[in-house]
Amino acid sequence: MSLSRRGVVLLAAAGLFLGGCGGQGSTGDSGGGTSSSSAKVTVEWWNISTTEPMKSFWAKKVKEYQALHPNVTIKNVPIENEAFKAKLSTVTQSGKTPDIYTTWGGGVLKQQIDAGLVKDLTSEAATWIADFTPASLQAYQFDQKTYGIPYDIGMVGFWYNKALFAKAGVTVPPATWTEYLDAVRKLKAAGITPIALAGKEKWPGHYYWAYLAMRIAGLDALKQAAIDDDFTGPDFVAAGARLKELVDLQPFQKGFLGAGYGTPDGQAATVGNGKAAMELMGQWAPVVQKDAGKGLGDDLGFFGFPSVEGGKGSATDAFGGGNGFAVGVNAPPEAADFLKFISESANHRQAVEMNALLPVLKGEEDAVKDVNLGVVAKTLAGASGFQLYLDQAYPPAVGQEVNDSVAALIAGSKTPDQVAQAITQTAKSE
Amino acid sequence: MTRPALTDERPAPTAGSPRTAGPAATPSARRRRFGGLATITLFLLPALVLFGLLVLAPIAVAMYTSVFKWNGLGGMPSDFVGLDNFTRMFADEVFVGDLRRGLVLIVLSITVQLPLALAIAMLLNQKMRGRAFYRLLFFAPYVLSEVITGVLFTMILSPEAGLANQMLGAAGLESLRSSWLAEPSTVMMSLFLVMTWKYFGFHMILYLAGRQGIPKELGEAASIDGAGSWTQFRYVTLPLLGPTIRISVFLSVIGAIQLFDLVWVLTSGGPIHSSETMAVTMFQFGFKRSQVGYASAISVVMFLISLVFALGYQRFVLRRDTEGAITTMRDQR
Repeated sequence: MSLSRRGVVLLAAAGLFLGGCGGQGSTGDSGGGTSSSSAKVTVEWWNISTTEPMKSFWAKKVKEYQALHPNVTIKNVPIENEAFKAKLSTVTQSGKTPDIYTTWGGGVLKQQIDAGLVKDLTSEAATWIADFTPASLQAYQFDQKTYGIPYDIGMVGFWYNKALFAKAGVTVPPATWTEYLDAVRKLKAAGITPIALAGKEKWPGHYYWAYLAMRIAGLDALKQAAIDDDFTGPDFVAAGARLKELVDLQPFQKGFLGAGYGTPDGQAATVGNGKAAMELMGQWAPVVQKDAGKGLGDDLGFFGFPSVEGGKGSATDAFGGGNGFAVGVNAPPEAADFLKFISESANHRQAVEMNALLPVLKGEEDAVKDVNLGVVAKTLAGASGFQLYLDQAYPPAVGQEVNDSVAALIAGSKTPDQVAQAITQTAKSE
Repeated sequence: MTRPALTDERPAPTAGSPRTAGPAATPSARRRRFGGLATITLFLLPALVLFGLLVLAPIAVAMYTSVFKWNGLGGMPSDFVGLDNFTRMFADEVFVGDLRRGLVLIVLSITVQLPLALAIAMLLNQKMRGRAFYRLLFFAPYVLSEVITGVLFTMILSPEAGLANQMLGAAGLESLRSSWLAEPSTVMMSLFLVMTWKYFGFHMILYLAGRQGIPKELGEAASIDGAGSWTQFRYVTLPLLGPTIRISVFLSVIGAIQLFDLVWVLTSGGPIHSSETMAVTMFQFGFKRSQVGYASAISVVMFLISLVFALGYQRFVLRRDTEGAITTMRDQR
């Protein structure tokens, strides 16, 4: 009896102690902003690098930074991608953010900025922000102000199986949409599944519509449409119609409507195991192909999205996005200083050389070792324009409506015209 | 009738009868009653506080936000839209489809899943070798988490390499092969199959427990009267299982209304919304589209449907079962 009572007292004491610790941590957090630089400061850093090599790379950088600044503690919190999104949306809804957190820029970041949660880094980072390439910064800039620091950038393109293309008699990667459809027909005729698609996840499908809209309507038209909330122009309907041409060839793997992306029977694994000839995917595709499937090794190749005959967009316009870090509005100045540290050429280059990240700093392209990633980096460096993923660039509701309607178009339940109408309707209601 | 009885009794103490204990007993009884109330309050308080904070308060907040257009950011909502979210909901074919699909799942659960569970429970009630093993085996799926079940069945029902199609192929039934979760026409059937696999063991255990509470003598008496096994089941076992069946139907319906995790892992509501449930739609709008006001409206409708069903069911169906409990409580007091 007395023992259990003592146990209760001990537990209560432990609770008090823990509570005290928590309190102290948070006061140190907010107080750091105003006190002198020698005071103890804790910077809480949420990132999504839960896998190697980035996980230990960041941990190493944290140690190096703390060695240089003994008064600063960087609290490194890696959270898995999907869990991160859910967790961040919960804390932002309560009006708070971590000091530094992963962001993909675009409409989601804009909502957070409008809610007054994000620090404007324009003047604080003025001296070193010029080191970044314009394409990598674009997603985090609104009204000539910069709200995020990029650490990775990439683009979407076709990752294809050279052996299967050769088997079907396609020797040169298609450069126009007509050639592309021909290549799909040839692959089908040779008994090869031309394209793998993760229909369950919707976002991979939106790449096709977005690229077609970029090629046909052009980047400026996409931007204007987002401002006017009007996607009903003939060029956007045409993008849907072109996609319908492809869908009508039935190029996707069996059961693609239920397929995931990174699952053992998903899009990446289907290509990685040589069961389909290509996929339209971002720069991470080779890693996931190898992770979920066997990987293609030297058979893997990359070509950009073909141009569309008569389209207003340039074939060198790139579509993609990157990863960056945003700083919470109440974060201490050390938060931006830490971002400056990891963005220093000597530090960022190391990650690029490990093939873990792609160049975001000017003149970093030569550090890329992997052949295919080298092609991506070069294409990006020479891109005439850059469009962020539509489901990131637009407010979340509009972005999801793009994904949703394009998925319905691919499944055959919406016409190109209905897709344009549905996106417009959602954009108008936002 | 009662009035004269009361007036008869009342004058007795006031007439100055020798029962002096009467007036003295009243404060002590009051104190006892007060002490009882204090005890009840004290013991209920922690639960009430938790219930209030974790159940009632969120419901109130959801009801409040459901009349705003709100993206969930920047303090409290301010863009009041009245009942717009609700009219929008009932004009949205996905949400109306959710209601239809929910109804289909409820009807299928009651007409297929529960009878199956009952049949297996009756079988496992017989004396047979390895009975305990079979009980364990059929109950095992219920112990698995929904997410594990979902991942397991996405692999089994995978169109190319999945176990289901491989087995159909090996058995020479190629024509029965299907894309299961990837076809709008088959996805609901596949989903129901997984639901049944997951939950029938739970209902089976309920029925088994109910069956064992029925005294053997009743069955014996019936068989002496010449009742066959079916007649015995129909006129003795089934009526006496009534309370158990009513509770199991209740749990099954509420579960179907709130179904989320299994669907989320299996199909995320697709293809093209053909397996979406109310909870999935709510999640899509709340977390993916960040239209928290509209998502709250969906959750309010979900809550009201569950509440109306639960209250109606208790009032009209469970009345006989709960009545006993309430009257005994009254007697003890």
